[in-house]
Amino acid sequence: MKQPFGRHANISRRTLLSTGIAALATPMLARRAFAAPTELTMLAWYGHAEPDVVAEFEAENNVKFVPKYYTGGDNMLGLISQSDPGTYDVILSDAEYVQQLNAAGYIEELDPADYNFADYFPEFQQFPGHWQDGKLYSVLTRFGFLGVSYNTDALTEAEAASYDVYWNEKLKSKVGHFDWHLPNLGQMSLASGNATPYDIDAAAWQEVQAKTLSLRSQVGGFFDYGGTFSSLENGQMLAFAGIGDWITGVLQKNGAKVATRIPDEGGLQWTESFSIGKGSTKAELAKKWIQYVTSAKGQVKSANMAAYPALIPSQKGWELLNKELPEEAARQGMVLGKSNVMDMIRSGQIHYRQLPIQQGLDEWNDFWSEYKSA
Amino acid sequence: MRRSVSLYGLTFSLPLLLWQLVFFVSPLCFLVALSFWTVKNFRMQPDFDTINWVTMYGRSVFWMAYAKTMAMASFAAVLTSVLAFPLSYAAAFKLSETARRWAVFLMVIPFFTSYLVRVYSWQIFLSDAGIINVMLGWIGLGPFHLLNTVGATMVGYLTLAFPLVVLLQMFSLVFVDRTLIEAAHNLRSGRIRTVFAVVIPSARVGLVIAALFCFILSFGDFVSPIYLGGGDPTTLSILITDTTKSGQQWPRAAVIAITMIITLLAVAFMAVRFAYKGRTK
Repeated sequence: MKQPFGRHANISRRTLLSTGIAALATPMLARRAFAAPTELTMLAWYGHAEPDVVAEFEAENNVKFVPKYYTGGDNMLGLISQSDPGTYDVILSDAEYVQQLNAAGYIEELDPADYNFADYFPEFQQFPGHWQDGKLYSVLTRFGFLGVSYNTDALTEAEAASYDVYWNEKLKSKVGHFDWHLPNLGQMSLASGNATPYDIDAAAWQEVQAKTLSLRSQVGGFFDYGGTFSSLENGQMLAFAGIGDWITGVLQKNGAKVATRIPDEGGLQWTESFSIGKGSTKAELAKKWIQYVTSAKGQVKSANMAAYPALIPSQKGWELLNKELPEEAARQGMVLGKSNVMDMIRSGQIHYRQLPIQQGLDEWNDFWSEYKSA
Repeated sequence: MRRSVSLYGLTFSLPLLLWQLVFFVSPLCFLVALSFWTVKNFRMQPDFDTINWVTMYGRSVFWMAYAKTMAMASFAAVLTSVLAFPLSYAAAFKLSETARRWAVFLMVIPFFTSYLVRVYSWQIFLSDAGIINVMLGWIGLGPFHLLNTVGATMVGYLTLAFPLVVLLQMFSLVFVDRTLIEAAHNLRSGRIRTVFAVVIPSARVGLVIAALFCFILSFGDFVSPIYLGGGDPTTLSILITDTTKSGQQWPRAAVIAITMIITLLAVAFMAVRFAYKGRTK
């Protein structure tokens, strides 16, 4: 069957070139008929600018998100400090880093009247750290709890109801750590009986260190984001410290036998919020995005985000979630009128994850490195 | 007689020089300068302060990580060389020209897949419920704790360096003068003794360079210690990520990186000296 190939040889080079160029240019010409979408840059944790969250907003506003993903607040601060002002239009940050962003002048002041705070649960209308001297700098969009994450085949929920389970004999070399000092040491602080896990004096800090070191022989490894997923999924680790439903929820949805229990000693809360980058030339559009993601339908998308699920602060969001995705609402404990996650916050069982107050961040991090090599 | 600098000569040497300056010397200088910067409230400030050096070198964690990384990389270099040698020996001396070409091709194939993917797939073999333990279970053994151990990290280092070491060893063995081997046999030297007394000394340069490459790759590797070793023990590469993960301590991470570069240069220098020791050419 050489015929078709041979026939090509009859086409002159010029014809081929001109046809080729015309063919290549056609989509360009067709695209000219529509206005080119405006690019909006977003600095965020992985998943926030993926189609399951942003597709609708992009289509409605003729916007194309250009995400830059980071892992961890320090990584985020590093990326911003190395870029020119205005590089990022919207910035997603964990609560404890909003103050750092603000102190360094990386984010714009926001007008509270622009956002649906009235729809939020009262606890989240004036979230600490997002406001400075009565001025708003960041809008809370989602949050989640950190507790004892465990393999449901290996442990019962009752066993996971206390941090003491990490020291359980059957978990020798089977306890994993998410490799970041802040959530792990916060949990150890709660396990040591500190009511304010991040605001502890020198004596209590000594105790937290001793308690943490006593766990070392139980530890099977220190894992990053990907390693945490795989070692929980393949049963290599049977309990995990420093994480919560943001990891186990994803695995659960895919059929893995894992869960997270907020222990009786209390749990931690991580919180994500959106800010507008200083010097953004598309601040108006960025504002529109924050309005969208904090509206009821945006909140539902956020709660059910494919990369990692989360709790949402908007009551209107809860209502819509219960209507559209009742199973997910129940799974995450966001059912109105029943015992739900707000009760846990209101009973004082949940503490915000923060930077250490009485010690330097260096001190916590240095101890973490020492613990790892112990 | 001094050689004059000609435009012709410059045309060929300048791009290389510029390349080295732009992509090696200047980043290195920046790294050195960075190690003297300070960090206040998450923000790096240009400075000239030895605090980062004093802090890092004063920490036992750093020296522990240094010793362990050094030991693991050295062991990997020896282990890989020993395991690779029979294969490269067979390929160099026992295979036909065509079969050897196939052997080279097979050794190159692993580089087609990302190293990260290959390491992740080892998890499927090594985990407690993984392929190896399941197979051992059939004969009533195990399960053994294989993943998140130093042994698993070694498997990762082998995955990284083994094909390259085989290739380097093979190329040096191929060029061993066959008449020397024949002479050894004629002088009634046994096969094993010939390998140790003639083949290995003749191929020393290639064998040492192969081991050196394995050391360099393992010493700086982050993927295997974290994904197969479970981040335990802390290697220098893990310590770098730890350091940058808290409070933007890039200057301290620079101290670790510079120490690693100096170590590698020293090891490479010593290895090359050893390799060429006593050679007249």
